[in-house]
Amino acid sequence: MTFWLLLTVNSITFGGLLFLLAAGFSLIFGLMRIPNLTHGSLFMLGAYFGATFAGGMLAITFNFWIAVLMATILVAIFGTVIERFLLRQLPGQQMAQVLVTLGISFIVADFCLMVWGGDPVRVDTPESLTGFIRYGPLVFPHYRLAVIVIAAVATVALWLLLDRTRLGAMIRAGVDDPDMARVVGIRVSQLFTIVFALGAGLAAFAGIIGAPILSVYPGLDQDMLPLALVVVILGGSGSLLGSFVGSIIIGFIYNFGQALLPELSYFVLFLPMLVVLIVRPQGLFGRFVP
Amino acid sequence: MSRKITRRKFMATTAAGAALATTFKFPTPAIAQGAPFKLGLLTVKTGGLAQGGIQMEQGVLTWLKEHGNKMAGRNVEFFSADTGGKPAGTKTKAQELIERDKVDVILGPLAAFELLAIDDYIEQHKTPTLSLAGADDLTQRRPNPYFLRPSACSSQAMHVMGHYAAKEMGKKKAITIDWDFAFGYEQEGGFQAAFEKDGGCVVKKLWTPLGTPDYTPYIAQIADCDVVCQGFPGGVPLRFLKQYANFGLKYPLVTGETGGDDALLHSFGDEAVGQISCCPYTLDLDTDGNKRFIAAIQKQFNVVPGFYAAGLYVNCDVVEAGLKAAGGTTDNKEKFMAALKAVDLKDTPRGPIKFDHLGNVVGDFYVRVCEKRPNAPYGLKLWNKTVKTYKDVSQFWTWPEKEFLAHPVYSRDYPPLKKC
Repeated sequence: MTFWLLLTVNSITFGGLLFLLAAGFSLIFGLMRIPNLTHGSLFMLGAYFGATFAGGMLAITFNFWIAVLMATILVAIFGTVIERFLLRQLPGQQMAQVLVTLGISFIVADFCLMVWGGDPVRVDTPESLTGFIRYGPLVFPHYRLAVIVIAAVATVALWLLLDRTRLGAMIRAGVDDPDMARVVGIRVSQLFTIVFALGAGLAAFAGIIGAPILSVYPGLDQDMLPLALVVVILGGSGSLLGSFVGSIIIGFIYNFGQALLPELSYFVLFLPMLVVLIVRPQGLFGRFVP
Repeated sequence: MSRKITRRKFMATTAAGAALATTFKFPTPAIAQGAPFKLGLLTVKTGGLAQGGIQMEQGVLTWLKEHGNKMAGRNVEFFSADTGGKPAGTKTKAQELIERDKVDVILGPLAAFELLAIDDYIEQHKTPTLSLAGADDLTQRRPNPYFLRPSACSSQAMHVMGHYAAKEMGKKKAITIDWDFAFGYEQEGGFQAAFEKDGGCVVKKLWTPLGTPDYTPYIAQIADCDVVCQGFPGGVPLRFLKQYANFGLKYPLVTGETGGDDALLHSFGDEAVGQISCCPYTLDLDTDGNKRFIAAIQKQFNVVPGFYAAGLYVNCDVVEAGLKAAGGTTDNKEKFMAALKAVDLKDTPRGPIKFDHLGNVVGDFYVRVCEKRPNAPYGLKLWNKTVKTYKDVSQFWTWPEKEFLAHPVYSRDYPPLKKC
């Protein structure tokens, strides 16, 4: 019983983390029609920046939450730069854009290795959230519960942004039909920059929020990117609801699959993606076929 | 990219070496005057195993710098190749080193599954290869005549650990957790065999995929035992131990050479305190050879060395001794290989080493306990303190060779779990 309960709560934690990572990925995919292969790198970069600010590697040691904010903003700026100065140079050439994002991911990986070296970097859990709660035989760390709360808040904020604001309406219009959106006077290319920066910031946010659990190490990008990809293909690109449902499903499959069918853990992870691609190629909540 | 940097580094070392040579005039055998000795390194500088791979290169570079870039009087030309930690990449890079660069000796690769990928190839090309990778059978049931392992085979340290856990710690029921690949199987197989030989019993074996970010699903299955054996490589022990501690688990942890590596000490936090590891190298080994090595690598790279750096440094010691014994030439590969196998060194950073007839090391293994030490050297806060040294441990542990080799190689399902 404890085992099931623990895995259930952990599935939600991991799903929450995945949602933060995948939401931006999904929006970029939906709007720009390209899978952003730097997304794992942005996650890792956020984690490294956050670790640097919070871990006392600089002269000043920042509070964890301030470090989170700074890392998020820095990586969002980096995302803006990528979109403005690289992807913008290749308008309409989706294959070329995908290859550019892949290239950047290699550069970022080497950059991180040069700056932070090969050793894993530990990020301490913020002081107020150390320890764990005990409920009967069940033990669960405070911080992992906090991740669920953070992910829930972020979900609501994103939903409000996309569903209740003018910007959100423009983004949704761009996702649904970019050509028609242009015709009615929405500057879709400007939306590209905004969405890319937003996605990059979210990925970095997920990276540093996840860092006390996952630690930061070379190769983190490659561990996370496939998970984001699976979530978005499952949930459907461009759909916030899709990312949300997809993340939770993958969170559960990841945890229970590894615990119950360790020999098939990768298989069970990719199986739902395969089924969805065959039965419903646009994903559970997607509007178009990528 | 990375290759270029290494070349540049190499040029710098060569220049320094040349300058040194002209000043001091090393005694050199006549034969060595001509071509340089070509030393190749297969390592991992990108991806999840980069942590160990970078240290491997640092070990070699430290050795070369300390010896004026000369081996047995010959100038050394050093080639470093990044395999990416993938068997296919290892094969490609081995071909590059052997066929394009024409290296005389290969050091590396890092991982057992990489080594298995080039097993036949190095034998075909008769290129002596000195690795710290596991892949036990290369010095056991399918010995490769061109392979030499001066560090330890995968199960060697774990045999000692299994014995120590059963006899010295008095543990009865163990759970093992490791990556789902050759190095993991052989480590945990070794632990299980030795642990059960001394009266313990492994009740559960957990295998995790490579590159698992969150180990919670596995940690949730750890219960009802009195010791846990982990054997994760690279930087993984850091997050595994942290996640383990986060869930309030208190079963003592034991591990082999990678799981408690000295190079991880500066990254570890309180969660590592109390972990017991067995390693063929230990930072606190109080010998001249080890002090020289630590001082040299601290000076050049400002790092605290661990098993990977020390392992490759020892490899260089062995190559030099073998080259000397072969008269400075590698023209006769069989003779050179025989000379390498006959190497018997007293003062390497890891202590005295020699080889058995299959090319695996017979050397000392150190059981250490990780403890808090406020004034630890090298700016560390944690310290692996040696509590017991096992002298001249062979890859067969205490089994007679014949009996040991009659068993299949350790695998996912061997030794099998038994009722207890």
